[in-house]
Amino acid sequence: MSSMIQEQEFDKKVDIGIWKKLFRFALTYKKELILTILIMAVVSACDILYPLLSRYAIDNFVTEGSIGGLKYFALVYLAVVLVQGGCVFLFVTLAGKLEAYISYDIRKKAFRKLQELSFSFYDKTTVGYLMARMVSDVSRLSEMIAWSVVDLFWAATNIVGILVILLVLNWKLALIVMVVIPPLALLCIYFQKRILKHQRIVRKTNSRITSSFNEGIMGAMTTKTLVREERNTAEFTELTQEMRGASVKSSVLSYVFMPLVMMLGSVGTALALYFGGSAVLEEGVRLGISIGVISFGTLSAFVSYTTAFFDPIQSLARIFAEFQSAQASAERIISLIDTPCDIVDSDEVIAKYGDSFEPHTENWEELTGKIDFENVSFSYKEGETVLKDFDLNIRAGETIALVGETGAGKSTIVNLICRFYEPTAGRILIDGVDYRERSQLWLQKSLGYVLQQPHLFSGTIKDNIAYAKRDATMEEIEAAARMVHADTFIKKQEKGYYTEVGEGGVRLSTGEKQLISFARVILANPKIFVLDEATSSIDTETEQLIQDAITKVLQNRTSLIVAHRLSTIKNADRILVIRGGKIAEEGTHGELLRQKGYYYNLYTTQFREEASSSILSK
Amino acid sequence: MEKQKSGEKKEKRKLSIKLIARIMHGQKRYLLLSVVAMLIAVLMSYCVPYITSFTIDYVIGDDKNAQVPKFILEWVENNGGVEFARNNIWICALALIAITVIQSVAVHFRGRFIAMTSEGAAKTMRDELYWHLQTVPYDYHKHVSTGDIIQRCTSDVDTVRRFVSTHLLEIARTVAMVVVASVIMFSINTKMALISVALLPILALSSFFYFRLVKKQFRAYDEAEGVLSATLQENLTGVRVVRAFGQQKNEVDKFDKDSSSVRDENYKLTKMLAAYWGGSDAIGYFQIMLSLVFGIYFAVTTDFTLGQVLLFTSYTSMLTWPVRQLGRILADMGKSIVSLDRINEILSAEKEEEPGQALCPDIVGDIEFKNVCFGYDRYDDVLKDVSFTVKKGQTVAILGSTGSGKSSLVQLLQRLYTVTSGEILINGVNINDIKHEHLRSNIGIVLQEPFLYSRTIMDNIAITNPDAPKEEVYEAAKTASVHDVVMSFENGYDTIIGERGVTLSGGQKQRVAIARMLMQNAPIMIFDDSMSAVDTETDAAIRDALKLRRKDSTTFIISHRITTLCEADIILVLEDGKLVQQGNHEQLLNEDGLYKRIAHIQNMLEDELKTEGSVFCE
Repeated sequence: MSSMIQEQEFDKKVDIGIWKKLFRFALTYKKELILTILIMAVVSACDILYPLLSRYAIDNFVTEGSIGGLKYFALVYLAVVLVQGGCVFLFVTLAGKLEAYISYDIRKKAFRKLQELSFSFYDKTTVGYLMARMVSDVSRLSEMIAWSVVDLFWAATNIVGILVILLVLNWKLALIVMVVIPPLALLCIYFQKRILKHQRIVRKTNSRITSSFNEGIMGAMTTKTLVREERNTAEFTELTQEMRGASVKSSVLSYVFMPLVMMLGSVGTALALYFGGSAVLEEGVRLGISIGVISFGTLSAFVSYTTAFFDPIQSLARIFAEFQSAQASAERIISLIDTPCDIVDSDEVIAKYGDSFEPHTENWEELTGKIDFENVSFSYKEGETVLKDFDLNIRAGETIALVGETGAGKSTIVNLICRFYEPTAGRILIDGVDYRERSQLWLQKSLGYVLQQPHLFSGTIKDNIAYAKRDATMEEIEAAARMVHADTFIKKQEKGYYTEVGEGGVRLSTGEKQLISFARVILANPKIFVLDEATSSIDTETEQLIQDAITKVLQNRTSLIVAHRLSTIKNADRILVIRGGKIAEEGTHGELLRQKGYYYNLYTTQFREEASSSILSK
Repeated sequence: MEKQKSGEKKEKRKLSIKLIARIMHGQKRYLLLSVVAMLIAVLMSYCVPYITSFTIDYVIGDDKNAQVPKFILEWVENNGGVEFARNNIWICALALIAITVIQSVAVHFRGRFIAMTSEGAAKTMRDELYWHLQTVPYDYHKHVSTGDIIQRCTSDVDTVRRFVSTHLLEIARTVAMVVVASVIMFSINTKMALISVALLPILALSSFFYFRLVKKQFRAYDEAEGVLSATLQENLTGVRVVRAFGQQKNEVDKFDKDSSSVRDENYKLTKMLAAYWGGSDAIGYFQIMLSLVFGIYFAVTTDFTLGQVLLFTSYTSMLTWPVRQLGRILADMGKSIVSLDRINEILSAEKEEEPGQALCPDIVGDIEFKNVCFGYDRYDDVLKDVSFTVKKGQTVAILGSTGSGKSSLVQLLQRLYTVTSGEILINGVNINDIKHEHLRSNIGIVLQEPFLYSRTIMDNIAITNPDAPKEEVYEAAKTASVHDVVMSFENGYDTIIGERGVTLSGGQKQRVAIARMLMQNAPIMIFDDSMSAVDTETDAAIRDALKLRRKDSTTFIISHRITTLCEADIILVLEDGKLVQQGNHEQLLNEDGLYKRIAHIQNMLEDELKTEGSVFCE
């Protein structure tokens, strides 16, 4: 039953449309493509020519018993050899160029897509999966596209050429020899499917191995602390065992196919020998068939061609099998490129404001930072409503603190403002205009965001601070660092601002990363500033310092702070207590305390123990 | 200098050979079987032209000079001579098919066994790499790029696998073919044999030359691909930051730069390939031409036969291709050697070693730090001369500013790093003398940025004890205040956590990690600022629940919250790696220092808020 389902899935997926889309990448290089094909035709012609040259030599020199003109024959032969060598050089260069450029183009397009895809895509797609698509799948596909064109063309011209020559040399013998072609074709079709199916399993297992490696490395420290090394490895070993089984199965299949093709090939040669052998010198009749008299040369050409003939057919079968087996890769790449973005700017918006890569900044309205939620509803998944008919008006320059339990919807509100997600119903207005009437970049260029877990890029501390403002001067960078008091620890580093932070900033502590990401925001000088529970992992003293800096930064900026540390938000213009996707309480710190509601409880819980202990110590 | 370099090279070569020997060790039997099958296939492949040659010379041509094995000749003579053979030419055809059938079967087994060999070898490599990555000291991971390591574990392993599966045997096959063909050809006609192999050394030499030439280029290409992978990986993991700062364009530019360098290196490589292909093709055909032309010359002028001309030309072409392939194989071998080196670079990283006696003493929870000093390579000293004593069941709180060495201190306890000088004693035993598995499973730690595995929440929590009853897991989850959260998920405890736990919020991850640590029931527990993303209310709830649960456990808590700190039996205050203060809450409040300052700040805030609140209340 399950195998039937797989079979169906497999049948369904053999799709020319996918390949058409991929070949579009090759069409950019029409000139190279045509040239490659032309050169390939020459190579193919040379290949076909060799047995004919031998035939000529046998019939004109050996059978005649003379060596007159052998020198010229050698020269002609040599010329063919040189032409072929030159052409091979050219076509390999061209095909290699195609390969390199196509893979570059596919990656470029896919990467661009990845920069456009919305967060709902990243929520359900792992980094490991995307890495495998972008690196190995792309290499494999571009290699296939480039070389398969070459091979296909070579094989096709070869087959046609040989057939024509055989028919011209002796059409009867040719037809006899061709008897083996139909079974060969059937064999190919049958095995291609099997091989494809198995290679697909191999591929799937392989990407699981990649993910496992990824996890093994990313979680190295945790694994150590939990003493999971052996058990992780044991699980991994099971996976590699599975991989071994699947790969062997898939290889064995190819090694059933290949020998069968060889055997059929020998039948062809045997037929040529049997029927052709008796027709040399005298007219022989075999099995009631007479093919007339043929020369030694013709017989030898037939024997050569029947051997040579199976090469291109095998090539064709291999190319088709490769196409089929790469189909899954192709599908994944195409589906990545074709993934619709949840959040797209309308054509009018792009026309006016540009996209994320070529913004028309000259048309951008100045952003002041007024934010309004109008009847906003939102759910990450169908049926799981996070916000419902949510209304909120934020004045430009206002500082809003969002308070509430984890999962209450604080982060969702922030994500919606950043337009990482869009409302499922209702609208969000920035400066009084639905933000869908502006480009995403227009908003995001005016945004500053500090995450719960700060992310740095490999490069120097300086690069990271200047991430959002590449042309910043050293003075500006240092000023930003000073403002968040990051300069103290930076100066302690051996290379100061030029210290490499390592991949993802591994060589720095969380607090240090935090400080750098603050400096980054300060340098970017955004109109809207979002702080997502970030201050909490910095020690109190540093936090106090940062608080000072933030207070400065908050001025003339609309700010949203998602926090549970009340001390960090007491200066907010307005505090929103979010519960179950709704604003439960709203007001300034004092007002909320007076309400004696949820906020009051939160406040007293945090300080109750501290208050009593400090009283005790007095 | 030169000498040293060549010494290094030798060392590397030795390592590569060792690695090959190791990965092939378990596959010897399969390798042997495939070699045997390969030899049979080679022998059979030479019989095919022999039959053709026999048929043409003896059966059809009736040439008295035909080279025919005696027993066949006798058999034919006994049955009526050439006339009989001519009438029964089907025997030749059938013999041809029979030989090919044997050859095909041999080819099948060659493939089957070599697949088993190579897949087995690949499995060994993958397993070794994974195990090694699990067991290198954590410090290693800080200095390498994940993308690069993954590339080594996947594509480099694949390169070596391909080498074993196709190239290793191909080399053996080429040698076998050259030997067999030479024996046959020299036994027929020395002069012709010499002519027929004249260019083979040139072909082999050009292979060698090519192999030397491309090696560097392969490395350059691989490295470029590694850089590309790393860039991609970082972009994907940092996608939020990219978007929040509207940096898509810069990211695309960066990727484009890396991607074009991959493209250019690839193209360069292809150009080298093209020159080699074109050149070797020409040499190969030139060799065939020599055989043909001289063969004809000898056939006309001496008693050399037509069948022999055909035999020599087919042997020559059978030889030139594998010899030419040798160049490609050697080139790929270059690739494989590069890959082997890259794999070896991982495998030769020193594993975590047991510096001492690897004891497994009872760990109760008395801990003593004696003049502990520690430094990573980037700072001179992270911890300087730290000494303190903790009794079983006590709670130790650690306070310090960013980079003061708090995390290093607790990580030393688990021996994730080793002290530079001084010693850490647990129950009087130096931790260097305790087996690291034993040490770590008796010390539970929750990291600041916890890593969760991509499996179900249930599996994550129960990871140190997969057989634990569900109730125990629920209990731990309740203590960590995460049970209700988990139950609110659609799939409850069966919810699979995405790569790096993306679908959970920071606070939720921390709480799951706390529950996971609790399952260890360790006598020593460490919370490395692990409730920073949890709101204060939940923080308090977790600490209350922990108090009930932990009973005799010795606990270390890194925190900035005075409410947390003040409950501790001992509070350690770190500044710049020095232990500047230690004592309990009351003691420290009476000393000038960081603790007092922070308590003061927090109290002041509290007082201030209180007044503000009461003003409104009145």
